[in-house]
Amino acid sequence: MRTFAARHPIWSAIIVLAAAVLIWAIFAPWPEGLEDAIGRKKIFLNALFNGITLGALYFLVASGFTLIFGLMKNVNLAHGSLYMLGGYIGYETANATGWWLLSFVAAFVVVAAVGVALQVFVFRRMEGDDLKQTLVTIGISIVIADLMMWIWGGDFYQILAPAWLSGPIDLPLITGVSRRTGEYIYLTYPVVRLVILLAAIAIGIGMWLALTRTRIGMLVRAGVDDRDMLSATGVRIQRVFVLVFAFGAGLAGIAGVIGGTFQSVAPGEDIRFLLASLVVVIVGGMGSIPGAALGALLIGLAEQFGSVYAPTYAVVLTFLIMVLVLAFRPQGLVAVRR
Amino acid sequence: MALADTPETHTDGARAARPVAAERRWWQLSGIPPVYFIVGAVLVFMPVVASGFVLSQLLAWSFILGMIALSLMFLAGYGNMVSLAQMTIAGVAAYMVAILGTSAVDTISLGWPWWVAVPVAVLIATLFGTLTGALAVRTEGIYTIMITLAIGAAMFYLVRQNYSLFNGFSGINQVNAPVFWGINWRAPLPFYYLCLACAAAAYGVVIYVKRSPFGLALQGVRDNPRRMAALGFNVTAHRIAAYALASAIAGVAGVLLVWLNGQVSPGTIAVNQAIDILIIAVVGGLAHPIGPFLGALLYVVLRTFALDVLVSLGLAGERFQLLIGLGFLLVVFFSSDGILGIWRRIRERQKRDPLTGHSTSGQSGTGDTDG
Repeated sequence: MRTFAARHPIWSAIIVLAAAVLIWAIFAPWPEGLEDAIGRKKIFLNALFNGITLGALYFLVASGFTLIFGLMKNVNLAHGSLYMLGGYIGYETANATGWWLLSFVAAFVVVAAVGVALQVFVFRRMEGDDLKQTLVTIGISIVIADLMMWIWGGDFYQILAPAWLSGPIDLPLITGVSRRTGEYIYLTYPVVRLVILLAAIAIGIGMWLALTRTRIGMLVRAGVDDRDMLSATGVRIQRVFVLVFAFGAGLAGIAGVIGGTFQSVAPGEDIRFLLASLVVVIVGGMGSIPGAALGALLIGLAEQFGSVYAPTYAVVLTFLIMVLVLAFRPQGLVAVRR
Repeated sequence: MALADTPETHTDGARAARPVAAERRWWQLSGIPPVYFIVGAVLVFMPVVASGFVLSQLLAWSFILGMIALSLMFLAGYGNMVSLAQMTIAGVAAYMVAILGTSAVDTISLGWPWWVAVPVAVLIATLFGTLTGALAVRTEGIYTIMITLAIGAAMFYLVRQNYSLFNGFSGINQVNAPVFWGINWRAPLPFYYLCLACAAAAYGVVIYVKRSPFGLALQGVRDNPRRMAALGFNVTAHRIAAYALASAIAGVAGVLLVWLNGQVSPGTIAVNQAIDILIIAVVGGLAHPIGPFLGALLYVVLRTFALDVLVSLGLAGERFQLLIGLGFLLVVFFSSDGILGIWRRIRERQKRDPLTGHSTSGQSGTGDTDG
């Protein structure tokens, strides 16, 4: 960080300034003129928080995608289908048992098992043939999508969060000043979204720790850099592959439950989250977990702010970010050495 | 150059036959294999036996999808760039025809005459496709699929949520083919010939470009970009130019598509449709320009009649996607060259000497459908 500041003094100043403006915009009550210009602070804060939560969800989906891609060079275009399968499994579990937390376990296990089956029976047979693998994942996504359509139909399903998570909570963030009493009004925000955000951050940190501090994480990182050399050193790389595929798919399953809780599960969501994963991974950098986190945050914020301030062109903002990144840093914001 | 049929060239077998074929001039009919005349005659005289439904809903649709898949095949087969944005590019042309020309949504449509609207639409689609290509070629190989898919999906969401320009979810309807030269081009018979002419032209262009210096350089870039760069070829420029040509073909197909359907909506360029184009191209075969048209015909026939077949088998008709997906998986698993690959394998097996197992060097050269 210090070397960055020394090398790019102007950029550092701009970043610090932007951060200061952002912190001021979040914590201070806005003056009247600003509210007239860009709308009320409550809207801004809600967009900000929704964007961060959405980014957390995108991160969960995209980190599995980017791990699988980084290690196996397999563009798993069925990843969105895995997400949606997780959502349906979570719904069924929560509906049958009434335990919300159990639905996470069920979704993780089932979707991870599907991932293992895919890796063992399909992708292992065509290793090294990137294009063929990708085409196969397209076929699989079509088949899975239609099977799910067959079983669950075209309805919207929402997974109900338990009672202790429902309802809003007051955050210590001022949205404005009451005209009548002169007291501060604080931001109210759904508890379940905050919990999801914290959980996603926890999972992200856990994943980063596992990747950097454990033996298996070391193997995965080595595999991302050079899998041929890794297998030449005697590591049973197929086991690492199966493990990573299971974990990545399981994460998509968990993300499906989360998405089903604070949005809904319905046909078409698979494409939406596949697109999100693709853009996040392109923006953040292929095969990089911190890149996925940064990309997911950017895309989540862009989507929410876009839909608040420019409703009919919200996608264009997301798209613009991708285009800019491709134009100036085609390897992604957090570049991985190749 | 007219001595293409000298015996020396044929002793070398199929490989030597191709460069010689490249030296033929297109007006020398003797150089065109008889298959072309047969297929051409069948297609030209098809309206004698076929009904209007077959002409417009089966064959014209196949030609249109075939052209879009052809643009994908051109990129994938000769440039090794699998673009999933071809349907989107066709959709851009379709939307532009609807927006610039006349339609039922007169708050959006500008009402330009077709002979202005259509070229401008194709031009915009080509521009869009070229920009897409310029973005996609910044990364290599498998990334192309991801970027083009992301662009296609983003475009789909944009036209679905934007009402001021694309009329959102419902799309733009009553976009009719024009009436000129005293012919109503909406009628099945003229429309069939229009699509046939466009498809044949696109096919011819791809065959021609494949053998042109540009096409050869493109195939060189496909096989070894670093060597081509070392030889002084601008690899990026060749790839972007390939995108431009493919986009023009897809754009023309998009214009025909909007005329065939009479409307364009976000569903036209949905991700499923983009993937269907890939399926058509892969199932047909990426090795030769005829593959996409075969794939498109198969797809359209399946799409039209699968409902009845599925219902008669006791399954629900909506399971069409399952059928397509499973069929696609089978093709990818067992014959990566699609129908063309199966055809070639059968021919090779026939030529194989039953005693030695080696293939006898063909007298007339394999792959004569190349022309």
